[in-house]
Amino acid sequence: MRYVQPGTAKEAATLLAKEKGKAFVLAGGTDLLVKMKAGMEEPDLVVDIKAIKGIKDIKKSASGFVIGAAVPCAALGENKDLVKAWPGVVEGASLIGSKQVQGRCTMAGNLCNASPAADSVPGLVAAGAKVVLTSAKGSRKLAVEAVLAGVGRTNLKKGEFVTAIELPKKEARSGDAYLRFIPRTEMDIAVVSCAVNLTIDGKGVITKARVALGAVAITVLLVKEAAAAIIGTKLDDVAKKKLVAACSAACKPIDDKRGTVEFRTEVAGVLARRAAETAYARAGGK
Amino acid sequence: MSVDSMNPDLVNKKFKIIGTRPPRPDGIDKVTGRARYGADFTMPGQLIGLVLRSPHAHALIEKIDTSKAEKLLGVKAVITSKDLPDLTGGDRGMFDILENCMARKKALYDGHAIAAVAAVDAATARKALKLIDVKYKVLPHVTDVDEALKPDSPVIHSHVFTEGIEPAPTKPSNWNKRAEYGHGDVDAGFREADVVISRSYKTEQTHQGYIEPHSVSASVSPDGMAEMWVCTQGHFVYRNQCATLLGLDANKLRVTASEIGGGFGGKTHVWAEPLALALSRKANRPVKLTMTRDEVFRCTGPTSSTSVDVKIGAKKDGTITAAYAELRYQGGAFPSNWAEFGAMTSWACYDLKNVKSVSKDAIVNRPKCAAYRAPSAPAAAFAIESTVDEVAKAIGMDPIDFRIKNAAKEGTKSSYGPVYGPIGIGPTLEAAKNHPHMKAPLGKNMGRGMACGFWFNFGGQTCVDVNITPDGNVNVAQGTIDVGGARAAIAMAVAEELGVAYENVRSVVADTSSLGHNDMTDGSRGTFSSSMAAVFAARNAITVLRNRAAKIWEIPVDEVEWKDGAAHAKGTHHGNRTPLSLKEIAAQAGNTGGPMAGHAEITADGAGVSFATHIADVETDPETGRSLVKRYTVIQDAGKALHPSYVEGQYQGGAAQGIGWALNEEYVYGKDGRLQNAGFLDYRIPVCSDLPFIDTQILEIANPHHPYGVRGVGETSIVPPLAALAIAVSNATGVRQTHLPMSPPRVLKSLKSK
Amino acid sequence: MGVHVKTTVNGDEVEFTCAEDEVLLDVLRNRLGLTGAKEGCGTGDCGACSVILDGRLVCSCLVLGAEMQGKKVETIEGMAVGQKLHPLQQHFIDGAALQCGVCTPGFLMAADALLRKNPNPTEEEIRFGLAGNLCRCTGYDKIVRAVQAAAKEMRG
Repeated sequence: MRYVQPGTAKEAATLLAKEKGKAFVLAGGTDLLVKMKAGMEEPDLVVDIKAIKGIKDIKKSASGFVIGAAVPCAALGENKDLVKAWPGVVEGASLIGSKQVQGRCTMAGNLCNASPAADSVPGLVAAGAKVVLTSAKGSRKLAVEAVLAGVGRTNLKKGEFVTAIELPKKEARSGDAYLRFIPRTEMDIAVVSCAVNLTIDGKGVITKARVALGAVAITVLLVKEAAAAIIGTKLDDVAKKKLVAACSAACKPIDDKRGTVEFRTEVAGVLARRAAETAYARAGGK
Repeated sequence: MSVDSMNPDLVNKKFKIIGTRPPRPDGIDKVTGRARYGADFTMPGQLIGLVLRSPHAHALIEKIDTSKAEKLLGVKAVITSKDLPDLTGGDRGMFDILENCMARKKALYDGHAIAAVAAVDAATARKALKLIDVKYKVLPHVTDVDEALKPDSPVIHSHVFTEGIEPAPTKPSNWNKRAEYGHGDVDAGFREADVVISRSYKTEQTHQGYIEPHSVSASVSPDGMAEMWVCTQGHFVYRNQCATLLGLDANKLRVTASEIGGGFGGKTHVWAEPLALALSRKANRPVKLTMTRDEVFRCTGPTSSTSVDVKIGAKKDGTITAAYAELRYQGGAFPSNWAEFGAMTSWACYDLKNVKSVSKDAIVNRPKCAAYRAPSAPAAAFAIESTVDEVAKAIGMDPIDFRIKNAAKEGTKSSYGPVYGPIGIGPTLEAAKNHPHMKAPLGKNMGRGMACGFWFNFGGQTCVDVNITPDGNVNVAQGTIDVGGARAAIAMAVAEELGVAYENVRSVVADTSSLGHNDMTDGSRGTFSSSMAAVFAARNAITVLRNRAAKIWEIPVDEVEWKDGAAHAKGTHHGNRTPLSLKEIAAQAGNTGGPMAGHAEITADGAGVSFATHIADVETDPETGRSLVKRYTVIQDAGKALHPSYVEGQYQGGAAQGIGWALNEEYVYGKDGRLQNAGFLDYRIPVCSDLPFIDTQILEIANPHHPYGVRGVGETSIVPPLAALAIAVSNATGVRQTHLPMSPPRVLKSLKSK
Repeated sequence: MGVHVKTTVNGDEVEFTCAEDEVLLDVLRNRLGLTGAKEGCGTGDCGACSVILDGRLVCSCLVLGAEMQGKKVETIEGMAVGQKLHPLQQHFIDGAALQCGVCTPGFLMAADALLRKNPNPTEEEIRFGLAGNLCRCTGYDKIVRAVQAAAKEMRG
């Protein structure tokens, strides 16, 4: 295996494009090294992106946040502005692994590992986040949900990698929240998860909403019917019932060692309701 | 020295050191990272050993071609079962151990060892494993205990015919043993009853979950001299077994027990050790073999999964008139008697006129089960205590009062045979009844459960040496290993007997060449047996000390007594002499006969049974089925707590394991017979945020057969939690939980079918 | 081939050569003689290999040795200063917060990292701060109490 630590994104992209063997991007390494230990991956080349200028920075601007791909998730929770604007996004990212993993893992890595149960992804999708993909030729942007192609698969082209994640400016009177179900209180992979991002008007009526479900299909689900169920309402009991039904209907989960189809389908609805309630309260709704 | 001379007056004596909380001798090494565990040892010139394992649950091994692996540069030895000939001399139990360590004709479970290599480094060893070609013929497999007992299940061993049924069967099966315990007439008892409850229960397979994987460093020379550094609960037993399996002389194999990173019964069997020795012998170099976490879960010795039927009959006044249980346990891929153990413990807490337990031990294509802390008792207690709880409800009696009414006491004939001496079940129940936990209010979605548990505790062969150093301090050599502070407890016992300060005594765990045989450190016998032997050894040393003082003073030894760490001349003629301290006598040892010591080589009899009552509060989310433990109390009889902090630690640790077993821990096998969750990510033991503080109450009903009244404490605490939590969740949800673990999907499903 | 690395471990300048795919845990244990960090799982699920890297608590089994160039690594061996134990170490001994002790170095690193960021944690914050460290012996009760006692002493 070869290990390189280029100083610029262009260098890194070029190395990835040229590599004839199996090339991997290394930021936190908390997925890659586990796969290497299990013998599931035997990289020929590992490109450590952590020395690239600016890739560990969180920048706030008028149009939102630009989070470098190598920012460890622990640093997200330490950024007061980010926590204030996007508590749901930070909640999701902060639940990945343990404190030890938090010191290393990144949202970009969590996304590109493309596990259906990735904790940071539903929140990013609900927030309408985009990734910045850099290749030797330049950059392009992609909605987070468009990155995912299937279990362990992304739509990234050879020679390009995520250099940043962009969050839009948080609108007034909006709130987001992320909830996941795990059997213990920590350390588990999400059995089912949900993120809700919504905006309300002066009267408390929901005007915009995005509802994302995790761990219930091969990729994250952005459930338009669930959003429709609560738009135009004050999140009353009828709206919540419709929300729960829409989420359960959208699920396409599997039976595995972490949960059953019926459990995931049922609890997806429960989490959606609870996450919506929290997001609504954060938006200022009562 | 007779044990009877120990009791009962000495049992109630006032102690100076026993019962206090001095620091343990290995504490600083363990908080600084200096302590050496199994994998922290290096032998010069060592090779790294790795094992090739079966990916099939059940398969014939048609051919193993190791030629390419042997040719790889850096590989120094490759072994298969050909390198482990059968030297067991017809001992079936030892042959099963041999076959479990390395497959012979068949792979019997996913992960069964097929071959092993020793190479100059791990990377080369891994490459070598990939070069070993194995041709398998996959056979049908069975992994469920009830499936295995069906007549049409694929037979795993063609030489196994059910023991204990008449007439003896003519066809082999996976049912290796039937046993029965009890007395009286249960049919008559059920006829007498006003209420009869029948219920069936299942528990899934769990693992001891010690954080330290097995690791051994082995070195065998061509002349048969050998040594081993290994994390183990019984280095003497490992020595004896490895010597037999490899055809070595046991006395030439010197085994040193490293510090151990948890055992709980799982390090009482050999798996990697014979392989490391065989590799070392073949390569003529030391070999270090450390298991990965995946191997620990997949290929060592988890505990049984079980299927239990219970039937209890009781009168309206609360008297149990009949108690019946059938217990079906799987012991993995070899014959075992874990269900029988379960049958023996099942009704032990109660005084019953009519009781019967029937056990069925089954063989399945899973790893060979090993002991896990009070083996077999927790699953049995789950079934029995849950049913007891249901019967109490049915007759409208408080669950504690119902148990108090039927509790065993001194003089009760136990369900497994012996008559009890003074025991603690009544006192723990009374203590639970009066404990503030029982009166604390319960919040929304919460439920409370209480349950009792029992464990035999064991004695066994034990040796201790007490040596007085020239400067008047004390060295103790013990043969049981130290899992959680036992060296401190042993040193305390010796210091107490000799009348010296704890700081003047150091106990070490001696290697197998330096002490006589010691049985395994299991069965809660470590502190019980070694402290008994330590007391005897110290008293023998005192005899020597008295003789030396007598010699120094030129008086008869009968007129010398030992008190407060010194020899005192007694009687009218010599009473004025200034006492001689141990230090002063030691200073003259060379002139009075040489170095001074006391020894004890005993079979520690009279282990006292111990009982516990636990109380658990849970909060169960009715929309997800997930339970949180909000409050937990352990009340257990220790006989005498030598070091209360370490006794509390055993109570809390056992309870935590039981909580994990009840809520989330289980082996998940696929339809292909392979283990799907061989890691800490998906084998979910409790984490720090899962548990509350665990309150403990130590009761001391002295064991009259131990000089200080000690009863074993290590195991009983894992017996009640499964039942306590199942009852608590049943109360929180209104649905009786009969299948462990109570994972959220299982509990939610039970709520949906309400 | 191999990678040549210059780094700082427990305040000492250290140089080593390791394979490109070798993790820091193996470098510490096999090349630097620092066996305090333990391999309980090798996959970041148990915390027994915990070290502090540039001020952040990490699992050394999830970090490559090659990534250590120019970094600052703290292990359990650096916690005591000469003969003086860190208050956390002392309270673990005094409070019987260890039984077999194999998880103890990892817990001490995690507790140290916790208290550096949060010198006055609640019980809940301690429990969640240590959730990445598995203990099978103690049920965590005495561990949490030892951290509480050490935190109190360190606050003065």
